[in-house]
Amino acid sequence: MNTVTPGQYLPEASGDTTRMTRHFRAEKFDFWSFFFSGLTGLATLFIVGILATILLNILVNGWSAISWHFVSTIPKKDFFDASTTGVLPMIVGTSFRVIVMTIFVIPVGVITAIYLTEYASHTSLLTRIIRAAVNNLAGVPSIVFGLFGLGFFINFVGKNLDAVLHNTTAVWGQPALIWASLTLAVMTLPVVIVATEESLKAIPPGLREASLALGATKLETILKIVLPQALPGIMTGGILAVSRAAGEVAPILFTGVAYYMASLPNHLSDQFMDLGYHVFVLSTQSPNIEQTRPILYATVLVLLLLTFALNIVAILIRARVRKKLRALG
Amino acid sequence: MTNRPQNEPRRSHGWMGIHRGHRARPAEWLAEKFIFLVSLSAIAMVLLIFLFVAREALPVFFGETNTALVQKPIPPEDLDKHSAAELESYLEITPDQFSKMKPAELRDLLSVKVEEQNDIPENFRNDPDAHINTTEWKYLVQPHKWDNYAKPEYIWQPVGQIKKFNIIPLVVGTLKVTLVGLLFAVPLAVGAAIYVSQLARPRVREILKPLIELLSGIPSVVVGFFALLVMATVLQSLFHYQTRLNAFVAGLALGFAVIPVIFSIAEDALTSVPRTYTQAALALGASRWQTAWQIVLPAALPGVFAAAVLGFGRAIGETMIVLMVCSASVMSWSIFDSARSITTTIAAEMAEAVSGGPHYRVLFMLGALLFAATFVSNMIGDFVIHRFKLKLEGRK
Repeated sequence: MNTVTPGQYLPEASGDTTRMTRHFRAEKFDFWSFFFSGLTGLATLFIVGILATILLNILVNGWSAISWHFVSTIPKKDFFDASTTGVLPMIVGTSFRVIVMTIFVIPVGVITAIYLTEYASHTSLLTRIIRAAVNNLAGVPSIVFGLFGLGFFINFVGKNLDAVLHNTTAVWGQPALIWASLTLAVMTLPVVIVATEESLKAIPPGLREASLALGATKLETILKIVLPQALPGIMTGGILAVSRAAGEVAPILFTGVAYYMASLPNHLSDQFMDLGYHVFVLSTQSPNIEQTRPILYATVLVLLLLTFALNIVAILIRARVRKKLRALG
Repeated sequence: MTNRPQNEPRRSHGWMGIHRGHRARPAEWLAEKFIFLVSLSAIAMVLLIFLFVAREALPVFFGETNTALVQKPIPPEDLDKHSAAELESYLEITPDQFSKMKPAELRDLLSVKVEEQNDIPENFRNDPDAHINTTEWKYLVQPHKWDNYAKPEYIWQPVGQIKKFNIIPLVVGTLKVTLVGLLFAVPLAVGAAIYVSQLARPRVREILKPLIELLSGIPSVVVGFFALLVMATVLQSLFHYQTRLNAFVAGLALGFAVIPVIFSIAEDALTSVPRTYTQAALALGASRWQTAWQIVLPAALPGVFAAAVLGFGRAIGETMIVLMVCSASVMSWSIFDSARSITTTIAAEMAEAVSGGPHYRVLFMLGALLFAATFVSNMIGDFVIHRFKLKLEGRK
């Protein structure tokens, strides 16, 4: 019976060193040490300060402008008017596109991660190519995903689908919710793969060995032992992908977002309104920025609540998974 | 030849790299093949992105687009004297459309085209700019002395009668914004990475690390909004420059977006330097700062370099921040002038470009350039990190 190859963990310096050595540290005061330590500390503080400024600014200004009416209203054509505007179609559109994306990206991402951790040899050329492709996909600019969505999904898949279905008017060969969702699914694939892989590696090899020793096949072990254990990690991946996708605007610019729609989207081939795009429209195309400011802040707050809350949940789960991983490594 | 004993069973990764260790049941065999095929999707996607962005841009690379207003008319009778490629370019149709047309239809199109040419007003006919194809490489990258201009200039101006597609102002704009962003982000992020990984107490680090990584959770459209409404005003009152929205503001905002990327990679590299290095240095009497600066940082330098390279890749690809903060395409190296980056151009102009037209093709060509640039920087970054980790593990 073969053993399962454990993940390759890197030697990690733990915080214990610093605590241990503080005791032995030379008592002599060293100015340059003090100066440079302070400098790096200030850099850290500055970054945290930026984060706090952005969040507080949005929270304070947005909180006073947000209301139930604002969140639950479908706006009229002129959505710059503060008294009658609302963001219901944007919330629905953003949620809709993200949910459709999840349906595509989670299975593909999880299966790829299973192959990479459970089946593939760590040194084979193919595995390295797959990993390089995943890394590269993570680094492709989001606007290029938008071009890809337009060139591949709309102009190639959609137009051909229309031709096959003999549609006289363009149904699929035009910007649509499904194409925006698929483009985002391609974009967030690496997020799901990496998070799932991390959680699969955190599962002790002993569990797999025990299952195999009891006579379960490899696939049974994966489905009944490994995957249930990895579920929190897979959820983290999903949440991170959702929060990343919910805030992205560039990939959907040409693949499905609409400037204005009078009704909510109710079909996969419909266009949709989007929170992030609405923030962009409100802040760059408003006839009077001072009047739009409150609704702009309120819209940004809604978007942040949607993406940021998810992010914090994901970070909390991931911290627990990492602790587990470190304890084993 | 391997020196494995003959009787020992071969332990290998079978076909498709599947490593199982026992015979599979038929259903499992199928399922595992399916898992393998799905895992190739990442490779397929990278290839598809490359293929389909390049496909839309190909006519520009091969010089098959033609924007010249005044062309030498081809009379309908001469249909047979010209090659298919010439006719496609002249009539502005795709090869696909061309192959579907009958000769009679083509003759009709040609005569329409001749009439169009006859309708061009006289003053255009005398304009030398109306006779050139502005999507030739010469006009895309070299300065050209346009009519009414005193000297040769780099101009990106895809609207109007004569469309000018010089990409140099966009490249300069991208580099300008990216450099400002990196000059701001790299020292801050690396400094913070040194502090968090080497100097901070464990409990402080547990709080700081996720906090800085939270910054990457802010959507770029929100950073852009913040830069547009708050930062631009504050910075202008501080530095008293003329243009309120310029490459400087955009660069700083871009820095916010790149800091978490550089921070987490650099922090990872610094943390993965073996504990024994630090312990040896501290045992010899070095202070914590001396250890961090003279022992850990040099050991982790490749990783820190890779962090900066990957940050660069992220920065040139960032769209919404630059789109919201500055937009005018002026050819200037000053960071206090406006700038228009490649990403911004694509995002702002794709909606008004006619599908399949020269403008559309040039925008896809820019996308292909961008893809190539980030592909190369990602490759360099990943390669350096890979080598670095192998070295730390003592395998090389």
